[in-house]
Amino acid sequence: MNIRRQTAILLRRELRSELRAGEVSLVAIPFGAIAMLLVPMAVGTDTPLLVRIGPGIFWSVVLLFGVVVTQRQTADVGGPQLDLLRLLGVDPAARFAATALAGAALLLAFELVVGLVTVVLYDPALDDPIWLAAILPAAAFGLAVVGTLAGNIAAGVGTRVTLAPLLVAPLAIPILLGAAQATEGLRLGESILAWLLLLVITDLVLAAAGVLTARPLEEAAP
Amino acid sequence: MPDGPLVELERVGVRRPGAVILRDLRLTVSAGEAVGVFGANGSGKTTLLRLVATLFPPSDGVGRVLGAALGEPGVEAVRRRIGFVGHQPALFPLLTLEENMLLVADLLGKPPGDARDALEAVGLGGAVHRRVSACSNGMKRRAEFARLLMTRPQLLLLDEAHVGLDAAAGVLVESLVSTVVGDGGAALVVSHETERITALVDRTVRVEAGTIEGAP
Repeated sequence: MNIRRQTAILLRRELRSELRAGEVSLVAIPFGAIAMLLVPMAVGTDTPLLVRIGPGIFWSVVLLFGVVVTQRQTADVGGPQLDLLRLLGVDPAARFAATALAGAALLLAFELVVGLVTVVLYDPALDDPIWLAAILPAAAFGLAVVGTLAGNIAAGVGTRVTLAPLLVAPLAIPILLGAAQATEGLRLGESILAWLLLLVITDLVLAAAGVLTARPLEEAAP
Repeated sequence: MPDGPLVELERVGVRRPGAVILRDLRLTVSAGEAVGVFGANGSGKTTLLRLVATLFPPSDGVGRVLGAALGEPGVEAVRRRIGFVGHQPALFPLLTLEENMLLVADLLGKPPGDARDALEAVGLGGAVHRRVSACSNGMKRRAEFARLLMTRPQLLLLDEAHVGLDAAAGVLVESLVSTVVGDGGAALVVSHETERITALVDRTVRVEAGTIEGAP
């Protein structure tokens, strides 16, 4: 069986589990929306300020809750389930890809809902918002890959819960920089191609790193 | 089918940070043989089974399982021929019993009917739509036996497989071991139930402080 088919089977399993657990839809998304509400409550009705800081706050919330989404329990195939998948001959790269893609889909849903809240509360007035159709998925994919990679590295040394979130932050810097600057460029009416390119290249490099390290990290896990 | 023993461990050791789990262990299991493994808690029985399941390489010594050298790339090719039931159920708790079986069938390229037939065969035909998280321990065990029926392993590794089973399910374990061994495979059965297992296997070994005395 090829990696693509294994990835599809495992992706379906992850999304079905998440649908039933509701970790993202019932916990992360509502709390993310509330987090966006806190800043206007603190700043008050200073509309120009909210317009200026809206995109930055949005991406900060995406990073913070992105860790929750990528480290969700339904993505944590460990112990006996991992043993089973290994004995069934599942390629570690397929497992990585499935977890990253499921995380990307969930993060994109998170971005869309929280993004709507951002528009309502902060009125960021973006020039050419159609570009968000490229920025949001690219950032979701990048953060999901980073989270999955960090989870694999942490699992390899047996400290997933504590180490994984610490690894996400530095690895996510180029993604957040690209996404935040591209959004800011839309607000100011400037070209965003350079930032979008940074985002896409970072995604590709991290995805390649995740696929290439999946097997040694899995074999190294205790 | 490899020539020679299906499991061959020669002076194998497994070390973890701060602990020696297995040391200087020798074990040979031939085709058509069922071996019972006894030993006190913490003696290394589960580690031995996971080592034989090719889930990690030995720290010392050499081993071959189904003809593949432990720790070498070729070991992945034999993994699908190993059936392993450990302490904890290898089931996805948010999926139903049927979905768990279909996942395995999908990954092995088997038809969905095989998954349903296997669940039926272990007496879970009426509970296929129940989520694993809502199943009893006995039902989870049965589901794992259903998986073994479907995958038809050549090497069967059972770790305390009798725990939490009623008499009918106990018969399932015995039937599984007999079938695998009768088909020219082999079984390693870890248990505390000495009398029950002794009647099931061809010979027994005892793991003490990470090694097997008087092996193979």
